[in-house]
Amino acid sequence: MSGSQWELPPELCCRPMAFVALTGLDVTYNAVHRAIWDAFCANRRADRVPISFKVLAGDHEYPKCRTKRTSYEWYIPKGILKTGWMHKHLNLVPALVVLFYELDWDDPQWKEKQSECATKVEIVSLQGRNTKVAVVLIQKKTPLPPGEDLVASERASSLCNACDLSGKSLFVLPHTDHLVGYIIRLENAFYEHAQTYYYTEIRRVKSHKEFLNKTTHQLLFVRHQFKIAFFSELKQDTQNALKYYRTAYSLVHELRAHETNMLEIKTMAGFINYKICRLCFQHNTPLDAIAQFRKHIDLCKKKIGSADLAFEHTAWMSKQFQSFGELFDEAIKLGLTAIQTQNPGFYYQQAACYSQDRKLTAQQLCQAGAVCPIPDPLDTPTGGLDFYGQRAWRQGHQSIDPPDPEKERTGILALQIKERDVPHSELIIALLSNAVAQFKKYKCPRMKSHLMVQMGEEYYHAKDYTKALKLLDYVMCDYRTERWWALLTAILSTALRCSYLMANVKDYMAYCMELLGRASTLKEEQKSRIEKNLLKVLKNEVPDAEPDCEPSGSSAAAALWKDRMAPSGSNEFSIEVQDYVPFIQCKARFLAPSFHVDQPIQLQVFLRADCPHPISFNKLSVSLSNQSYNQWCVVEASGQDPMLLTPGETSCFSFNFVAKTQDVGKKIEMTGIELMLGSGRWVFISWRGAGGDAASAHEALQASRSARPRGPGSGARPEGAWDALTIQHSTMIISRVPKISVQLSHQPPALNNEMYCITLSIQSQEEGVAREVRLTAGLKPGQDANLSQATHVTLDRGQVCDASDPALLPDIPLGDLNPGHKVEQRVYVRCVSTGPRVFLFHVAYSINTSVDGQEIDCNCHKDETIAIETVEPFDVSSKFVSTKLEPLDRVVVDIPFVLMTDLLSSSPWPLLLHSSSLQLVTMATCTPHPQSQLEQVVLQTGECASECFCLQCPSGAEANGTVATGQYVISWRRESSSLDTPLVHTTVPLPHIPLENIPLYIHAELPSFGRVRETLPVRYHIENRTALVQQVEMAVEPSDAFMFSGLKQVRLHILPGAEQQMLYNYYPLMAGYQSLPQLNISLPRCPATDTHTLRRFLPQRIFVKPQGRELDDASIAAA
Amino acid sequence: MAVCIAVIAKENYPLYIRSVPTQNELKFHYTVHTSLDVVEEKISAAGKAMADQRELYLGLLYPTEDYKVYGYVTNSKVKFVIVVDSSNTSLRDNEIRSMFRKLHNSFTDVMCNPFYNPGDPVQSKVFEGMVSGMMVQVS
Repeated sequence: MSGSQWELPPELCCRPMAFVALTGLDVTYNAVHRAIWDAFCANRRADRVPISFKVLAGDHEYPKCRTKRTSYEWYIPKGILKTGWMHKHLNLVPALVVLFYELDWDDPQWKEKQSECATKVEIVSLQGRNTKVAVVLIQKKTPLPPGEDLVASERASSLCNACDLSGKSLFVLPHTDHLVGYIIRLENAFYEHAQTYYYTEIRRVKSHKEFLNKTTHQLLFVRHQFKIAFFSELKQDTQNALKYYRTAYSLVHELRAHETNMLEIKTMAGFINYKICRLCFQHNTPLDAIAQFRKHIDLCKKKIGSADLAFEHTAWMSKQFQSFGELFDEAIKLGLTAIQTQNPGFYYQQAACYSQDRKLTAQQLCQAGAVCPIPDPLDTPTGGLDFYGQRAWRQGHQSIDPPDPEKERTGILALQIKERDVPHSELIIALLSNAVAQFKKYKCPRMKSHLMVQMGEEYYHAKDYTKALKLLDYVMCDYRTERWWALLTAILSTALRCSYLMANVKDYMAYCMELLGRASTLKEEQKSRIEKNLLKVLKNEVPDAEPDCEPSGSSAAAALWKDRMAPSGSNEFSIEVQDYVPFIQCKARFLAPSFHVDQPIQLQVFLRADCPHPISFNKLSVSLSNQSYNQWCVVEASGQDPMLLTPGETSCFSFNFVAKTQDVGKKIEMTGIELMLGSGRWVFISWRGAGGDAASAHEALQASRSARPRGPGSGARPEGAWDALTIQHSTMIISRVPKISVQLSHQPPALNNEMYCITLSIQSQEEGVAREVRLTAGLKPGQDANLSQATHVTLDRGQVCDASDPALLPDIPLGDLNPGHKVEQRVYVRCVSTGPRVFLFHVAYSINTSVDGQEIDCNCHKDETIAIETVEPFDVSSKFVSTKLEPLDRVVVDIPFVLMTDLLSSSPWPLLLHSSSLQLVTMATCTPHPQSQLEQVVLQTGECASECFCLQCPSGAEANGTVATGQYVISWRRESSSLDTPLVHTTVPLPHIPLENIPLYIHAELPSFGRVRETLPVRYHIENRTALVQQVEMAVEPSDAFMFSGLKQVRLHILPGAEQQMLYNYYPLMAGYQSLPQLNISLPRCPATDTHTLRRFLPQRIFVKPQGRELDDASIAAA
Repeated sequence: MAVCIAVIAKENYPLYIRSVPTQNELKFHYTVHTSLDVVEEKISAAGKAMADQRELYLGLLYPTEDYKVYGYVTNSKVKFVIVVDSSNTSLRDNEIRSMFRKLHNSFTDVMCNPFYNPGDPVQSKVFEGMVSGMMVQVS
């Protein structure tokens, strides 16, 4: 019972339930009884009444009831509460005894059975307690409704009389289908009986009060209040129970406390407090519980009791906190919500804290050498205590002074010896880990870390170094990232001791290195001591013991270290320090973010030691992403002379190497830096990437914020210069700078479809021969995808390039280029759509050069890009007009018309039009050998060239809808271009035009002008174009300007395909433009064709010259 | 009066910690460090509600058996923590507030120093003197 002395008794912690004893049931051999018992105990859920049942034999002996005291006058109580009392009322003294008996109302042997039953009731010996007996008759038949079975009611009352029972205590249990239902009704009835029992018990205890007096019976006040409260709980009256417990609690603290009974008072106060808190949580008033607990702690904190047994107080305090934490936790599991600042974790933490105190006081008070006195004063005749919280060697003793000082001394000694064997660390760790779990739940990561540190320290004290290191290692990085150096140093110191005691070489060195680093807050002399130890380890020697370790552990550790020293094991250690703050700082950088391939790559490694004494190293090496360069980045101590790092000074190591030409365009990264220390043991300190550690990022940030002067010049503050060193962990290798010039000459903008000439001249300024000069020319990739379809590049000037030519001509070989020489190349570009384009001219070559005395063959290239706009050279518009030059919206089959084209130059450069031609589809030209009217015309910007063609749609053409006319082809070039430049043929589609047929065609034949009062003969030709005979009615309307002779009105018939001529002689009367007399024509058979449609073929006006002076005829003819 | 006064940077590392020399300094470091859990939680809760008119004084962070820990956070998220002995019941909330205000003013003066680099540990003698005035005087 050593550890459990402080445990709360289970009967205190359980929920009290009414105790009902069942007798007369044979659950082993009788199946019916078994079923009844199972129905009682199975499925006891929250909706069933709270009763604890127990099957007892019919003649079971219940605890004796002592004879009731009639007077308390001479009675002096020996303690507050007997240890067996709660157990007795929970499990031994029933509130009701139920006798089960198999008896049907119509049993043939009723009389005998009734008397047997009465005997059984009598046997139940209750020893004078108030417990009642109830009888349950197990019957095979279903009973009739009450009042109908006369035999039953008569026999029931006779049975009650025989057994001396009240009618309410007799029950019938028909053993039929609905057993569970009957059982539930039965237990409800039992519950009522139990309630009555506990009520009477409460009354009984209360009745004692009047006999008590305040001087001698103080203990009884507490005892009685506790009992009433406990009975109330049994009665499930928790509100009243809480009230009585609270009274009991205040009474406990009114007791006269002295050293001899302090433990008893505290024990009882703890019990009652536990009950109160438990009920408060149960009533869902957690704040009351917390307030009660705080009050309890405040009241009891100072009641330490005997100074020799101070650990008892801390143990008790710890238990108080722990059990409250458990209650709190349990309430949370049942639905209570806790918060960050009020959760069970705090109570567990405090419990752990008191346990730590307990350990300390126990270590002080319990001497190691003491031997347990014989006989053991803690032994009691009964094996336990009569009253809670009393001393085994003076039970029942209530006066202030101990009865026997000698006994008291041995008793205390025995207790101290017992305390010595308590596994304190285990208790503390268990409590801490409980607290950790809680704080994790309530978002307190730092509290969690803190507790884990405590756990680690406790494991250290318990000599479980492996676990200690595991925990400490786990939290160390939290403190490191949050930069709490003082705390980190403390944890590291503990970890160092652990690793020393375990002789864990690698960890020991790692902790030493960090403790020597700049994050450590240790004093200089401690650092000095640690560094000496580290140097010893590096020399494969045994380090000195850590000062705070106990001597026995240290000597064991020294032996372990000696074993480690044996050269059998591997004596090489690799420690990655990137995530720590090690004592050697490292930063590395490439001198530039990029290097040309013909420059040596330069890289610097800076090292700085923060330890108090200089430290030497054997080797420094940098690994790069391309491992073939690693060989250049190593520096090794030569012979016996190691390299030295002086504290506080920055050492710089520079490395140069030449990049390989195949690495052009690639990145070189530092993947790690390794520093080898030691002489006997080899330790490789390694940094990932280009150095830096857990603290350097912040330092660099602070340095950048600082207003102080910094950089290599500021010698006054080396720290600032160090912090301001930036890491450059990668560099690009880029190609050599080309030493050639590339010039482009051209005449922008480009004209659509032309062969645009760009002249490229490349001049070498190299000192050697530029070999294999290659040109890539054309559209720069990455532009609009459609552009590559609409752009063609060629070197061949002889012909216009077509769609088969690519948009980009790659790798045109231009041969070698000697120093100072120049090469020219023309490139022709044809753009078949307008808009801007970017052209790329990429000249690449290779050349031999030397870097650092090393010959390398490197490729150089130079890019030129130009943006060229492409514009249309000219706009072409065309229109259709009649032979009278009137605009036409349709043309008529077999009747000539005129196509006019206008060509407006929009080119900034003069254009030479070579020729133009028509490619007709439906139409035919009226001119037998048409010749271009634009041949060899030069157009300046904004000038316009027009041309007209007389066309006719041949008869027989399909005359519905529109017809295509054809294309207009213009051949041209820039005027400035040389004669052998191929011509550009621009094809312009001509518009479509509606085509129609007419039944009748009329045209007039007349002179080009008339003269006043001279005859003007006009002949009208009327053609019938149908296959029918056409009747034509013609009439000439009178006109003021003309007189005329001829048929004024006529009707004719024209045969199919035939032509009729009508001759009129007009006689002009007025000069100027005159309207000819109107000719009205109508076709009665073709109403669609009338004067209007035909009139467009006829001239409307004529110019009439005035009558001249009488000159000779020749002069008139000339006019 | 206080037994420990601490100034914590925005990134939660200590800029200044001073505790009474009679007691274990490390314990106060831990106390201040763990109190940051509550400070963080309070800041994030307040940040959700009203960012601009937040009360700088955070009040009692959490009670331990021996100490009361109070917190205060400036608008630039620099935290002040004052630890007071639990037995010292004479200190009212108002006095704690005024201590924080004094601390804040003094810290503002430190920040105004053009030679002070924000984020570096506070080494100002004036600040030190003001803090000493607020600490429990050890005879």
